[in-house]
Amino acid sequence: MNGKIFLATAGMGVKRQGHALVAKDGFSARYDLDRVRGIFSRPEHKLAGESYIGRVLVLDAAKGGVATAWMLHEMKARGVVPAALVLNAINPIMVQGAALADFTMISGFDCDITQAIPNGALVEVDPTLERPLIRII
Amino acid sequence: MRLTDEEKAMQGGNLGQALKWAIEHQVRVGRYLGAHDFVPVSQAHIMADTESLGVAGVEWLERMAGLPPAQRRVRIPTITDPRGTDFAAAQRLKHEPWMLDLERRATAAFEALGILMTNTCINYQTIMPPVRGEHVAYGDTGVVIYSNSVCGAHSNFEGGPSALSAGLTGRTPRYGYHLDERRRATLVINVAWMPRGLNDWGALGGIVGRFAGDYWQVPVLVGIERVPGSDEMKHFGAALASYGSVALFHMAGITPEAQQLNDVVIPGHTMRTYQVGEADVRAFQLSYTNEVEKVDLVVFSAPQLSLVEMQRVADMLDGRRATIPVLVVTSPQVKPDADRMGLTARIEAAGGTVLSGMCFYQSYAREMAEANGWKRLATNSAKLTNIIGGYGYVPALLSMEACIEAACAGGRIAK
Repeated sequence: MNGKIFLATAGMGVKRQGHALVAKDGFSARYDLDRVRGIFSRPEHKLAGESYIGRVLVLDAAKGGVATAWMLHEMKARGVVPAALVLNAINPIMVQGAALADFTMISGFDCDITQAIPNGALVEVDPTLERPLIRII
Repeated sequence: MRLTDEEKAMQGGNLGQALKWAIEHQVRVGRYLGAHDFVPVSQAHIMADTESLGVAGVEWLERMAGLPPAQRRVRIPTITDPRGTDFAAAQRLKHEPWMLDLERRATAAFEALGILMTNTCINYQTIMPPVRGEHVAYGDTGVVIYSNSVCGAHSNFEGGPSALSAGLTGRTPRYGYHLDERRRATLVINVAWMPRGLNDWGALGGIVGRFAGDYWQVPVLVGIERVPGSDEMKHFGAALASYGSVALFHMAGITPEAQQLNDVVIPGHTMRTYQVGEADVRAFQLSYTNEVEKVDLVVFSAPQLSLVEMQRVADMLDGRRATIPVLVVTSPQVKPDADRMGLTARIEAAGGTVLSGMCFYQSYAREMAEANGWKRLATNSAKLTNIIGGYGYVPALLSMEACIEAACAGGRIAK
């Protein structure tokens, strides 16, 4: 598994490393997070109670409202923020939020990325390449 | 992306720092999402409550507001989504002084940019509804889905920074629902039962949203037997957008782009198809109500209430007394009418609180819960039900009538 690479269709931000936090579930900063404590707080979320600080979040689809466009910027300013976001399907809000915050994000794979990356694996996300990628280290 | 000479001038900084930042932000977003060029937009709508902005976001806005006046003003009508408080009721809600200070600072910054502080998520009912084919840059998912689906306008979800950019540049990257080919249906929902109450419409929206799954899906509903009213469309769309991140739906024979099913279906294209009946709607509602016997408060919000909804709440409360808090949240445009027509007085005489210009989940919901001892909440809004769990609440999704009954029975839910 080590060294295995998964190519994305789009990316933004700088190269980041971290331990993956993986779930076949959605992502919305407003709906899912306690941004003060840095944990997933929505009881129905598969990562409820887990800390996201410094983790590479590997999730299925961007969900919910438009607030994430501001919230990534606010989370980054306080340092209570994931290392990167890796999604099967994005929505414009995630892209807009990542653009404002200079946040690392990649999306769009030819497999279900939540099934491909083991939870807890050390990974590197590189959005700077022509084909952005996530690599298991 | 292909840029015009004017767009290149913006990017080069010849027209000031605000436009340089705005167009560069839009180019980054547009490139990620595959836009080839920009499309002019006629209105923008900005979601920017201070719970989302935080101190960092407010300081960012203040830096923008500190630029020379000629460089910083929006060039198209640009309005705002609900704020983080209602100053007239902040003390009752136990909002802290630091929250009010942030709100005042954000408002001052927006006003310096030439933005109209409408503070509403029902601008399509109260301000200036877009017309079919009009390209706009709206924030608030409920505003976008209603405008796209019911009005036939063209908008993507534009978060605060992107809506502000569109206000400044007068354009937005042409991707997603600005493109006709993206507006075709991708899944079919056969509806075998007509929703009755607003909470039924919201539940149907939630169910369809879960089926749809992501932003790029466009459901078409078949079998809706009568034309839903504006409030019904509002609750259906808001829940669909919330549960599914969906920005556009069609109703065959009803919404403007789907006068016939074939108008939005690609011939020969096989689509996912689902059936939804009354049992599915009831099961959805029960999933949020089964474990709740008694609530601490009732909230009518998300979206803000129309004048007609305000009248219904007032009618139901007449001659009764709420024994737990009942928060009734509307827009600054509806509130003066509700005052003038006596609706506010009737609601408040029964123990309710009418709030204006905010929305419950956008107004420091976690801090309000801690300050007021609120945990369990009844609402007729499926959208609020979906959001509020993340803020530590346990929601019950009930009809407006059942919410009022609970409010007058010390919070106990009739089962």
